[in-house]
Amino acid sequence: MSYKPVIGLEVHVELKTKSKMFCGCSTDYFGKKPNTHVCPTCFGLPGALPTPNKIAIEWCIKIGLSLNCDIPLFSKFDRKNYFYPDLPKGYQISQYDLPFAHNGFVKLKTDENKTIRIRRVHMEEDTGKLIHGIVNGKKASLIDFNRSGVPLVEIVTEPDFESAEQVNEYLQKLQQIIRYLEVSDADMEKGQMRLEPNISLKKSHPEQREEYRDSSSVIRRPQNDIPTYKVEVKNINSFRFVEKAIHYETERQRKILEGGKTPVQETRGWDEKRQITFSQRIKEQEMDYRYFPEADIPPFRWTKSQISRLRSQIPEMPDKKLKRFNDDYSMSGYYSEILTRERKMAEFFEETVKIGKKYNINAKKIANTIINKKIDANSILPAALVQSIIKQSKKTVVDEEELKNIALEVFRKNPKAVDDYKKGKNQVIGFIIGMMKREIKKPVENNQLKEVIENLLKIQ
Amino acid sequence: MNLNELTISQSLVGLKKKEFSSLELTKACLRQIKNQELKINAFVSITEEKAIEQAKKADLLISKGTNSPLIGVPVSIKDNFCTKNIRTTASSKVLDDFIPPFNATVVKLLEEAGIVMLGKTNLDAWAHGSSTETSDFGSTKNPWNTNFLPGGSSGGAAASVASNETVFAIGSETAGSIRQPASWCGVVGLKPTYGRVSRYGLIAMVSSLDCPGPIAKSVEDCALVLEVLAGKDSLDATTSDRAVPKYSKSLNNSLAGIRIGVSDEYFDGVDEEVNEKIQEAVKILEKLGAKIKKVKLFPPKYAIAVYTILQRSEVSSNLARYDGIRYGKDRSYFGEEAKRRIMLGTYTLSSGYYDQYYNKAQKVRTIIMNDFDKAFKKVDLIVGPTSPSTALPIGSSKNHPMFGEMSDALVEPSTIAGLAGINVPCGFSKQRLPIGLQIFGPQFSEERVLNAAHKYEQTTDWRKYKPSL
Amino acid sequence: MRIDISRISKLANLSLSDEEKGKFEKQLDETIEYIDKLKEIDTMTVDPTSQVTGLENITREDEVKPSLPQEKVLSNSKSTHNGLFKVAAILE
Repeated sequence: MSYKPVIGLEVHVELKTKSKMFCGCSTDYFGKKPNTHVCPTCFGLPGALPTPNKIAIEWCIKIGLSLNCDIPLFSKFDRKNYFYPDLPKGYQISQYDLPFAHNGFVKLKTDENKTIRIRRVHMEEDTGKLIHGIVNGKKASLIDFNRSGVPLVEIVTEPDFESAEQVNEYLQKLQQIIRYLEVSDADMEKGQMRLEPNISLKKSHPEQREEYRDSSSVIRRPQNDIPTYKVEVKNINSFRFVEKAIHYETERQRKILEGGKTPVQETRGWDEKRQITFSQRIKEQEMDYRYFPEADIPPFRWTKSQISRLRSQIPEMPDKKLKRFNDDYSMSGYYSEILTRERKMAEFFEETVKIGKKYNINAKKIANTIINKKIDANSILPAALVQSIIKQSKKTVVDEEELKNIALEVFRKNPKAVDDYKKGKNQVIGFIIGMMKREIKKPVENNQLKEVIENLLKIQ
Repeated sequence: MNLNELTISQSLVGLKKKEFSSLELTKACLRQIKNQELKINAFVSITEEKAIEQAKKADLLISKGTNSPLIGVPVSIKDNFCTKNIRTTASSKVLDDFIPPFNATVVKLLEEAGIVMLGKTNLDAWAHGSSTETSDFGSTKNPWNTNFLPGGSSGGAAASVASNETVFAIGSETAGSIRQPASWCGVVGLKPTYGRVSRYGLIAMVSSLDCPGPIAKSVEDCALVLEVLAGKDSLDATTSDRAVPKYSKSLNNSLAGIRIGVSDEYFDGVDEEVNEKIQEAVKILEKLGAKIKKVKLFPPKYAIAVYTILQRSEVSSNLARYDGIRYGKDRSYFGEEAKRRIMLGTYTLSSGYYDQYYNKAQKVRTIIMNDFDKAFKKVDLIVGPTSPSTALPIGSSKNHPMFGEMSDALVEPSTIAGLAGINVPCGFSKQRLPIGLQIFGPQFSEERVLNAAHKYEQTTDWRKYKPSL
Repeated sequence: MRIDISRISKLANLSLSDEEKGKFEKQLDETIEYIDKLKEIDTMTVDPTSQVTGLENITREDEVKPSLPQEKVLSNSKSTHNGLFKVAAILE
């Protein structure tokens, strides 16, 4: 019997708004003194109330639109009730049955036609941060509420992934989209992007390899194929680790299943040092979040024109841009891929192409220069890059063969100079270069001439 | 007449004419508090020092000709409003030593209007109840007869006004918590439309129902206070940005042609004595020119069930923040009533029961709102008894898990729909306990409600009777 | 008996004495009997109302406002350490 992984993914993205989700506290908390970015609202003082951040909601919807989601015209916030010391109100303001976006999809490249369905994209608030340590010889947990209330967007997929590699590709893509939108830096190390895969295994039936055709097609699986358990893995802070964790977890589960048992439904953590997942021994708590509508925040009703206005503000997404680069600039997929990896680079490239056009420099030449010379879009202006390419190209129009002939002609007319050089008077080379330049009548690099001269004289 | 017996409007006139200073007025109130508190127990905290300081400041401003709307007038504030640097307990041991670092918007607005804060008044712990008997700081007593309850949850507020310990009080109502104690204590209590006054800094009970409001010695005073409190607050997303009328200017409008509804459903199980006084009040309103019409309304007993479900559910969530980590004491300090309510609310929201209870209650709420919409096409206002009875004896609430809901039965339907309503005194029982008339109208009908209440009040003499303390 | 008191008290983060559990069980049962009155009302075609204001789309601009000073944030707590709130260790 062989098994096939069934993987779904929850990704949390911290938005880079100036202020928090429901209050005016600054979101610039990273590395700051603890409990200094806190007010009655995000600290859960009695009577304090939330007022939602307009930009955060717009960004959440833009993420949804970029992931091909539907945007329901009516939406609301709900309370998710649970107790944890880093959750100041004893509930998290989140969204339950009416998220800002749902029913989207992302197409993967490597596996042809593989589509990952996006179940929902919703808005919520971050919790405080727990730090575990020892105080006065005793184990203790310490809490900093600076992060409490920072806007978070949660992106949930259907369990459509069949391998760690697919997960990785999706994550790269998602991160790229988020960065293109400029709604978050999605820096894993700073916790701006957090991943929670849920993993289980199902029996694989090689004869019926089918499944997800597109986002709208109904998926039919034999009843006994659906796994009866789900293992969630937390505390993963890099894409590499998520692959490792999935590999480890599928192996672990496979062994259990092959032993005729069912893995326990639980939350596990990833231990990077030991390269294993481990059962998180959080005190057994029943999860019944008792969601109900958040009465402190009136609901949201969008008009179609509001949504299309947001849609119009979305920049061209990487996939589209890549295709357009291939077409417009007749470049190889490889070049386009590199140039569209980051929005800033793509824009820099196109700006340079626009300026280059005036000087008859083609896009390929520019792409070549950017990629081969590892140009940093942040440290040079497009116009400056164009200028440098012009200079470069002007100096290299003369080809090697032509140069050789010119040099030999100069040698013939100036035998004394050649003699002097051979006697060890190296400085005479400057004279020869000058003579050659007079003949070439175009700017050309001295070094190139020097090289040609030396090579010829060595042979002589 | 002692200064502390004055109404707001009388105080403002006297202060302006320099007949007395705010300090004298404040000291008169503080004296009364000292004399009465052992009997009444209306206050959890008395802020004498702050009061004296504010009074002196007010006097200085008055002497400079400053014309803030409530300048120099003493007020008591229910202890579920956060007051910056002043202990705020919600009458629960959990918050015994909690010092808020911020002011509720209502407190901020009052301070900007020039008030003098005398102290924080007692309530049922977390405002859970209609008796003040669930307070962790002892029950407040009814100034008309200290063997009786003042009602609640704003029992301390109503008693502080009735006993002339203050000129006026700020209370809060979720379902009856202003009007019912006002009724039992024989004072005026206004429950504004939900969203008319900011809840920011009011310790949350039922987020979709809570509403701050004044308790005072006259309808005019309530109008003056509402003018200060009403309006949009950027810190409370549920406040309305409708313009705030000058409520005090339309109080004397004629009631001629105003259609007033009376509903039989609101007299079910009402004490005979109460019934009689309400009928008399209706006749007076008719004499004032109002057209009295019978209206059929959705039976209040369903509103009680709706309220109970919404209240318990939201309480279980709103009290979740009290974990003793950041402030206050841990959850073992909750009193029995709070625990009972948290338990039921946790149950009604729990998986498998949400549709049966919370969602069902929200649906019946829609029915109740539609029912009122229909009724208010036929009438402009509805009147009836505020409470089915006069004040009940001390101890009555013990071991009645739904005591509050029952004594608030007649104000719950209008609460659930977020309507504006008022209690105005309309007589006394044989035991010399006050009886209250409630007048309520559609959302944002405060002008009309206050107008009718004022005309009725001015035609009768009930306001002139004072408890003998 | 309709309520599993132990389960609900765990969800509610309340530790109840046996006496309280017994008392609440009975009282909550009475209350549930009362609220079950709502079953008499047909709500098949009715939408729920969770807010009565009719307000929609209320937001604030993304502007930073001052936070509380750290000492004010910590001052009501009985258990702090180096500017942080301290609780008993959560993970083993």
